[in-house]
Amino acid sequence: MGTSNKKRWVSLYVENDVGVLAKISGLFSGKSYNLSSLTVGETEDPTVSRMTISLYGDDKTFEQIKKQLNRSVEVIKVLDFTELPIHKKEILFVKLHSLKREEMEDVFRSASVFGISVADYDKGSVILESVKTETENDEVLRYYKKYYSSRLEAVRGGSVAVESLSRSDR
Amino acid sequence: MKIKGTQLFVKALVEEKVDTLFAYPGGMAIDLFDALYGEKDFRVVLPRHEQGLVHAADGYARATGKTGVCLVTSGPGATNLVTGIATANYDSVPLVCFTGQVPTNLIGNDAFQEVDIVGICRSICKYAVTVRRREDLGRIIKEAFYIARTGKPGPVLVDLPKDVQQAMGSDEYPKEVMIRGYKPSTGVHMGQLKKAAEMVANAKRPLFLVGGGVNISRGGEAMTKLAEELNIPVVTTIMGKGALPTDHPLYIGNMGMHGNVASNTAVSECDLLFSIGTRFNDRITGKISEFAKNAKIVHIDIDAASISRNIVVDVPIVADAREAIEKFREIAIKPKHTEEWVAHLQKLRSEKPIAIHTEGHMNPQDIIGAINEHFKEAIVTTDVGQNQMWTTQFLQLRGRSKLLTSGGLGTMGYGLPAAIGAKLGCPDMPVISISGDGGFQMNEQELATAVCEELPIVICILNNSYLGNVRQWQEMFFGGRYSCTCLKKRRSCAQWCSNPNASCPEYIPDFVKLAESYGIEGIRVTKREEIGAALERAKAHTDKPTLIEFIIDRELDILPMVPGGNALSEMVTEYKKESKRDGNEQ
Repeated sequence: MGTSNKKRWVSLYVENDVGVLAKISGLFSGKSYNLSSLTVGETEDPTVSRMTISLYGDDKTFEQIKKQLNRSVEVIKVLDFTELPIHKKEILFVKLHSLKREEMEDVFRSASVFGISVADYDKGSVILESVKTETENDEVLRYYKKYYSSRLEAVRGGSVAVESLSRSDR
Repeated sequence: MKIKGTQLFVKALVEEKVDTLFAYPGGMAIDLFDALYGEKDFRVVLPRHEQGLVHAADGYARATGKTGVCLVTSGPGATNLVTGIATANYDSVPLVCFTGQVPTNLIGNDAFQEVDIVGICRSICKYAVTVRRREDLGRIIKEAFYIARTGKPGPVLVDLPKDVQQAMGSDEYPKEVMIRGYKPSTGVHMGQLKKAAEMVANAKRPLFLVGGGVNISRGGEAMTKLAEELNIPVVTTIMGKGALPTDHPLYIGNMGMHGNVASNTAVSECDLLFSIGTRFNDRITGKISEFAKNAKIVHIDIDAASISRNIVVDVPIVADAREAIEKFREIAIKPKHTEEWVAHLQKLRSEKPIAIHTEGHMNPQDIIGAINEHFKEAIVTTDVGQNQMWTTQFLQLRGRSKLLTSGGLGTMGYGLPAAIGAKLGCPDMPVISISGDGGFQMNEQELATAVCEELPIVICILNNSYLGNVRQWQEMFFGGRYSCTCLKKRRSCAQWCSNPNASCPEYIPDFVKLAESYGIEGIRVTKREEIGAALERAKAHTDKPTLIEFIIDRELDILPMVPGGNALSEMVTEYKKESKRDGNEQ
């Protein structure tokens, strides 16, 4: 059994009930598992929520995490996306303010190069909206932090993921 | 027909065939208690503290195999359950705990006696839920009982807001349960069992390691037959003790931190460790890298999460212990030539027995030995610490005998209330609680419950006026610095005293007088010759408990011992006491 410490992806179907998010996040904190992101939202069935969790861990810990999730009464299904082809996206908002005219131009130019959109605009201020993978958003953020670090506010949503069609449906 | 929530609650308990409810009233449970007034279908027992209450329900459940049921009020009533719920969770005891709650419109307002008990208990129970709507009440109670007793059993908490209790609604209690996120595993993977059978057939030094799962699934008889059919020796964890009669020739003993030499040697020497219903916790394995390092390991457990968690195993099998044992008996092939291996372990067992030497003084071995003699069958409960270890070392279990002990959480104060629950559940069995003087004082208020319920339990206190287990560690690993472990120490004592002497107060408390204050007999035993007579006197009381206080040497140690983190082969079997440095700052 390998012990490689790497990024893992899990998708959970859970009961859409009060306290389920607390139960799942509490499981991670109580057992000292390293959680890097967790998103949750309703599915096509309003009684079911879907969580996308990313974490770093070795094989043994990850196996244990999946088992612990599986034995929770509130968890309907655990899908391990780590080795599967998946689509994953994260939303990132970057708010920049006190921009000079030429900086404004740079922001617009760079946004078009990065393929991200401008969600809002005012004289000297811009809100950028980036829907990309986590790593791509890291890159986007790195650029703006480099030049506008003191005038920047970033909000990240955490990743959501869905299994791609290539495997199951075609 | 429309009925109140409280009436549906009572109906649900009747349908679930509950015969004993452990209950303590309060403001947010008063409607429920009103519905229980004059209840004829089951008995409502009033303990004296909610912690005692939940341990009693736990003792009842372990003794009978049925689900223990608790009812308490909100706030402090609920929080007092916490230790007991965690105790039951660790040892897989089926409990359903109902807590009163403030009305739903006040939840979150910091109302009087409001506490988020579901939030508090989330990580220490199998399932916890607040009933927010009257129409969900029946379904949730049904699910609670189902979750508590199926799969790996455990405690379930159901929080009942006052308005839900009072609301009118359907009188229907569901017959079926459908929980999409909860499917306890059933059946056994025969392919894996066959692999295990092949390994057993080819093993030269096979060993069964039996844990609490075998006792929980009532698999002891099947286990005994399996061991006999294959002529394979058996060691147990503390929780597995009693799965085989302790006087069975193939039973080598308890293994782990305070196991006997033969058992721990068996684990170190075996070439196949066939373990059933144990989660290999740290008190069992010692140093992981040295644990059974010559052996292939087969592991049967109902909980997939227990497998390959602490110890990597070769053949994992997720199944109920008894079912797996019974299936395995059908296909198992007897290994050739295990006679020598069995004889080797039996010889070790008799050559290196656990023994306490106190030159004429009465010691715990004498006391538990006398219990073995005077009670052919009994349910014995313990507290935690030296009293527990001595009991697990010396107690014999035969027939219907059982040992109830807090193995996982290690809860002091468990023994007396658990004995009360056990006696209520099994009135025909003798019930004996064995505690230290420290643990006994944690729930001694339950004497009143035992008296009021007219329970002839035998309460044994091994009194050394120390928190003995911690004292032993302080002696062995902390240079004899007895920090806060002497129960006779007063403000005026010498600060560095580690040597009890004539100026110590005689009794704190006087347990005999304590017993008398409850109108029961208290007996103080100081000599070996008095033990038998005291036990016989206790037997003679048929409608009330008897308290026997045994004054034992103050500084006895539990041996053998595998110090934490050491390999099982590195047992300490003898410990020479150093001369005391009384009065010196160390």
